[in-house]
Amino acid sequence: MKALLTGACCALAFAGLGGVAQAAGISGDVVKIGVLNDQSGVYSDATGPGSTLAAQMAVEEFGGKVLGAPIEIVVADHQNKADIAAGIANRWIDDEGVDAITDLPNSSAMLAVQEIMRNKKRILLESGGGSSDFTGTHCSPYGFHWTYDTYSLAKVTGSAITKEGSKKWFNVVVDYAFGEALNRDLTKAVVESGGEVIGEVKHPISNADFSSYLLQAQGSGADVIGLLNAGGDTTTAVKQAAEFGITQAGQKLAGLLVFVNTIKALGLDTAQGLQFTAAFYWDLNDETRAWSQKFYDRHGAMPSFIQAGVYSAVLHYLKAIEAAGTDDADAVADMMRKTPVNDMFAKNGKIRADGRMVHEMYLMEVKKPSEASDNEWDLMKLVRAVPGEEAFRPLNEGGCPLVK
Amino acid sequence: MTEIFGVPMPVLLGQILIGLINGSFYAVLSLGLALIFGLLNIINFAHGALYMLGAFVAYWLLNLLGIPYWGALLLAPLAVGVFGVLLERVLLKPIAGLDHLYGLLLTFGLALILEGVLRDGYGSTGMPYAIPDGLKGGFNLGFMFMPTYRAWVIVASLAVCLGTWLLVEKTPLGARLRAATENPTLVRAFGINVPLMITLTFGFGAALAAFAGVLAAPIYAVNPTMGANLIIVVFAVVVIGGMGSILGAITTGFMLGLIEGLTKVYYPEGSAMVVFVIMAIVLLVKPAGLFGKAS
Repeated sequence: MKALLTGACCALAFAGLGGVAQAAGISGDVVKIGVLNDQSGVYSDATGPGSTLAAQMAVEEFGGKVLGAPIEIVVADHQNKADIAAGIANRWIDDEGVDAITDLPNSSAMLAVQEIMRNKKRILLESGGGSSDFTGTHCSPYGFHWTYDTYSLAKVTGSAITKEGSKKWFNVVVDYAFGEALNRDLTKAVVESGGEVIGEVKHPISNADFSSYLLQAQGSGADVIGLLNAGGDTTTAVKQAAEFGITQAGQKLAGLLVFVNTIKALGLDTAQGLQFTAAFYWDLNDETRAWSQKFYDRHGAMPSFIQAGVYSAVLHYLKAIEAAGTDDADAVADMMRKTPVNDMFAKNGKIRADGRMVHEMYLMEVKKPSEASDNEWDLMKLVRAVPGEEAFRPLNEGGCPLVK
Repeated sequence: MTEIFGVPMPVLLGQILIGLINGSFYAVLSLGLALIFGLLNIINFAHGALYMLGAFVAYWLLNLLGIPYWGALLLAPLAVGVFGVLLERVLLKPIAGLDHLYGLLLTFGLALILEGVLRDGYGSTGMPYAIPDGLKGGFNLGFMFMPTYRAWVIVASLAVCLGTWLLVEKTPLGARLRAATENPTLVRAFGINVPLMITLTFGFGAALAAFAGVLAAPIYAVNPTMGANLIIVVFAVVVIGGMGSILGAITTGFMLGLIEGLTKVYYPEGSAMVVFVIMAIVLLVKPAGLFGKAS
């Protein structure tokens, strides 16, 4: 027992000495970034290993080092379960010295980890999760919502389609925190644009058959059917809507959260004409094309907008550590808010007090097979670039306690 | 307009039809499971993976060899059937006669491996598989728009179910099969090659799963998890129908599809669990299942 105590005391002393000798302001002599996402389930194509690679690419741009300390990336699969995500986040911070967590799709998992990061004062670079409550009632000085949120998806897609004359909506909603937030935000956007939501139906996540819900939507007399889900669920719903002749019969289909991988899985024949909102598309300009090509060469698929967002968030985080001269969470968070975001993902992006990174969003449309080139990833065209101020929720409307 | 519990008649009829279509998949899949359990006493957890493999073989046939849907409908079950035969000979035979648990664990592990390998190669979103040209479009039934392909799914599954039932119940081969289920030692004494029959039955069960997989490919996206999502429900169907009962599996498959469809109208949030609620009730009231014989 005595030996054990002596050992512990010496270990503490060494740790103290190490603290003096370490690189300027970097805790533990290493900057550790955890990629926490769905590595194998419904959201793994849009996030998953591709997000890990995107984070890796940001680290490589820094030469693998910041302020002389090495940057390390760790990865874990939360299997879309909030309790598993919380357990991993706790372990990473308490035992493994992780400084920041990124990606984190699935709104339930995201909101659970937000609280942990707030209490333990660590940075959360959120890209994969959607609920706009992240920067609303749940906002935190350490939580940054980078890529998109339910409000911006609903605002851009909802008002564009309603203003085109499709006033009556029927919503098919996935039954968890994300669907709920999206439904609330979409209803608001539709009503503000002069439309109404005449019906809705909720379905479980990873649902195989949508025909029953689609028939209810078809029978409702709505002008447009909103698909308030993501990943594999959207793929199945769009495919089956085509099968039941929903669009031929005159009803419109609106996908709210659609990734490049979703369209690839559907094929242009089925998906053509579908309009939705994206935060990024590989074929927007020379810069996005160049970065995406590098990503493609290593991953075998073009990046989803979430993956591109992970790259941008990690890059901005590392730049902030360099500028602040420390990896202390308060100092880095301050520096991140002070500095505009400029990279291939965002031009002059601004981070607000509630943690929202405001940048341009894009209303996209899936190409007709006749419009597409031979490139199998030539899938959509830009309808309109929407300025960030118009797409994202005004600062004072979210109910964030940090906003005075 | 006539309404039943607040739902207009046309909508209700549409949902009943949809329920029957989904029931077709349950029926064909649980049929294969019931056959395998009846003769081999193996709880085949890899059945969902074989169904998924059927869809993937159809995808490969189309994209690598240019063989269209109709060819795949024949070739994919054949290929997966051969795979099933190999599986039985190499992996399952050595553990025959051991506790149920070993077969269950082995097939479960196999399912995870198959899914993992394909997910590594193809991701989780899935790949497109178009509806064959002859079955595109649909017709108006007055109360709903009926896609031609879905009508074909009902017809094809009913035909396969009926064919299998006739084969097992009405032919000499089926008689031997049933006899081997009851008393394999005695049947072998008559000079009938029971191990061969067991192998072929497993292959046939695998082929049935693959057939359902090809039927499903144009409706659901072809993706590595398509089987895992379905297999649990199919197991519930087999348990409700009575383990090993062929007629039970078929009837229960269609019936549960119907009940699930109706739940989606009246209480959509409950549609994912209604099958299991029924399973719990049936197990309480009639533990051997609706069509099973108490042993």
